[in-house]
Amino acid sequence: MSVTVENLSVAYRSHRGDVTAVDNVSFTLADGEIMGLAGESGSGKSTLGNALIYLDPRMKQTGGKVTLDGKELPIADMKAMRSLRMAEVSLVPQYAMSALPPTRKLSKLTSDLLKSHGIHDRDEVLAEMKRRIALIGLKDDVLSKYAFELSGGMRQRVTIIMSTLLNPSLLIADEVTSALDVSTQRAVGEMLLEFRDRGFIKSAIAITHDLSILAQIADTITIMYAGRLAEKASTDTIVNEPLHPYTQALIASLPEVGVRYEQGTLTGIPGRPPSLVNPPTGCRFRDRCPFAFAKCTETPPFEEIKPGHQVACWKVTEEAK
Amino acid sequence: MSTLKVDQVSKLFRATSRGGGLTPALRKVSFELNQGEVISLIGESGSGKTTIGKVILRLVQPTSGTVTFDDKDISSYSARGLRDYYRNVQGVFQDPFSSYNPIYRADRVFELLRDVYFKKLSDKQWHEKIDAALDAVTLNPGDVLGKYPHQLSGGQQQRLLIARALLLEVKVLVADEIISMLDASTRVDVLNLLVKLKRAGLAILFVTHDLSLGNYVSDRTIILRHGAIVEMGATQKVFGNPQHDYTRMLMTAVPELHKKWKHTPLGAVAVASNGHSVATDVIEASPHGPVAPALAHITLMDELTHTEKVVKRDFRAVLGGTRKVSSKSAVALSLEPPELHEFEPDHLVAEPE
Repeated sequence: MSVTVENLSVAYRSHRGDVTAVDNVSFTLADGEIMGLAGESGSGKSTLGNALIYLDPRMKQTGGKVTLDGKELPIADMKAMRSLRMAEVSLVPQYAMSALPPTRKLSKLTSDLLKSHGIHDRDEVLAEMKRRIALIGLKDDVLSKYAFELSGGMRQRVTIIMSTLLNPSLLIADEVTSALDVSTQRAVGEMLLEFRDRGFIKSAIAITHDLSILAQIADTITIMYAGRLAEKASTDTIVNEPLHPYTQALIASLPEVGVRYEQGTLTGIPGRPPSLVNPPTGCRFRDRCPFAFAKCTETPPFEEIKPGHQVACWKVTEEAK
Repeated sequence: MSTLKVDQVSKLFRATSRGGGLTPALRKVSFELNQGEVISLIGESGSGKTTIGKVILRLVQPTSGTVTFDDKDISSYSARGLRDYYRNVQGVFQDPFSSYNPIYRADRVFELLRDVYFKKLSDKQWHEKIDAALDAVTLNPGDVLGKYPHQLSGGQQQRLLIARALLLEVKVLVADEIISMLDASTRVDVLNLLVKLKRAGLAILFVTHDLSLGNYVSDRTIILRHGAIVEMGATQKVFGNPQHDYTRMLMTAVPELHKKWKHTPLGAVAVASNGHSVATDVIEASPHGPVAPALAHITLMDELTHTEKVVKRDFRAVLGGTRKVSSKSAVALSLEPPELHEFEPDHLVAEPE
């Protein structure tokens, strides 16, 4: 297991008190696994991803621990994390397209980045970077360009190359495909797969609200709802036999190519996710769930129903018995 | 029966970098949008789809060609005529969060309309009108009126903007990527709303890069590439039997839930165990060699970013309007779209470029 997250809770400080955006989350990530993390806006998926690499001053860890390759990851310790970032855990940020500063050529930027991470043999790493740039089919003159001279898809791919340059154990890819066209989405998605297959990254968490992308690139999919995990299973299981009512509703709301409105109206999910300032007790999906019953006022445990398939839902737990 | 007709519209933009070349954003685009019809306009970034929307809304003036609404050229409208035009044609854009001024309450978008178009209505009539429009977009007035933009979800904000267009009883709605920023669960509500409005007679130009969404709502489809139409026709025909290579490429790139992409590993480059050392065999993945299938998508995309350089003299002539441009000049040639031919009734396909 390359990554183990146990009972992790992360809260934002706010003047109305702490807002727990990630609440008691546990999961494991195997070597070579690309885990998709999906959920609506405000479900805490980006917070979870960010917490694993950079707990910014507004956030604090309120419980739990993270283990990476057998060693505890000191996520709350800024100093200790500093030497692990990029080398062990790396991030492709949301809006990576605007993550590149406009005043530095990419070669200079990369070299600055390596310097600040204490890499002495920068020429070798830069040569490796050139090799990877060639691998994904970009010309290596991109290194002598400024970020604004590249198209969005090129910028996105260069950012991924930079983030994975030191072969991190864990890559957090936050909405890397969201702002791209279908064809570029595919190129970026396949690039992630390729980098995993070549061992440039050991495992990855791909955060997105787009389940159909995850169906393409992820090995397992984890669904998050209002700060908690709702379901985790292999991609095939989530897509074909989801158990949690929320997952089922999410899958049902996706239009497929070839389906038209005349052939069947898609259904959305009525209602909105609860506010996390004063979250309701019990199952948080209760108010929007068509199957809710008396027991749902208690918090359902996130437990394994079948091997490799975890769900937090009383209905599913009872039916499994 | 009102019809919006886009006739041979071209638009050249001057590139700010790269020595002031010209980018043809639209190349002689022609189509008609009839009442009760949804046309989806599909293309990648840089294909000119947003520019068409802007030309129709008269936010951008075309370099050549005309847009006519009910047989009247929209460029001929004066201030007053334009006001009437906007009563009939409205747009809703991609990012609902930046369509509102965060200082004011969200329903200010309605009040601004009242000042221009509905001065004579009494308060009661006005509120009835708002309630009817909100009802049409399935919003509960109590949930949204008097709230600030940050208190509304993206879906609510977007539906509020559509309600604003409905208040004017518009005939044509330009919907530019209106659902790409919404969550999957709210996205469907907005889509279904569009279907409902279309049934009530609204003409919608649905601009998107998402093929499955386009297919779901539209009657007709236009595929744009480099500012020119490469394929257009009835949605079933275009999606069911795509003829142009570009359309086919787009189709294979669409992520589908139940069908996996065929992933072909890139060229066999040896990876050193520490990953830091340099391998010598870069050649296999070089851009000059045969392109691996997984890369076919990439090269196409990069090609889109190239700008076409046009001689400066012609550039001034076109933008300044001082001189007729010869049909053989570089400007004219760069504006020439690939020729469309009829593949079957209601299904046009362009020649490969």
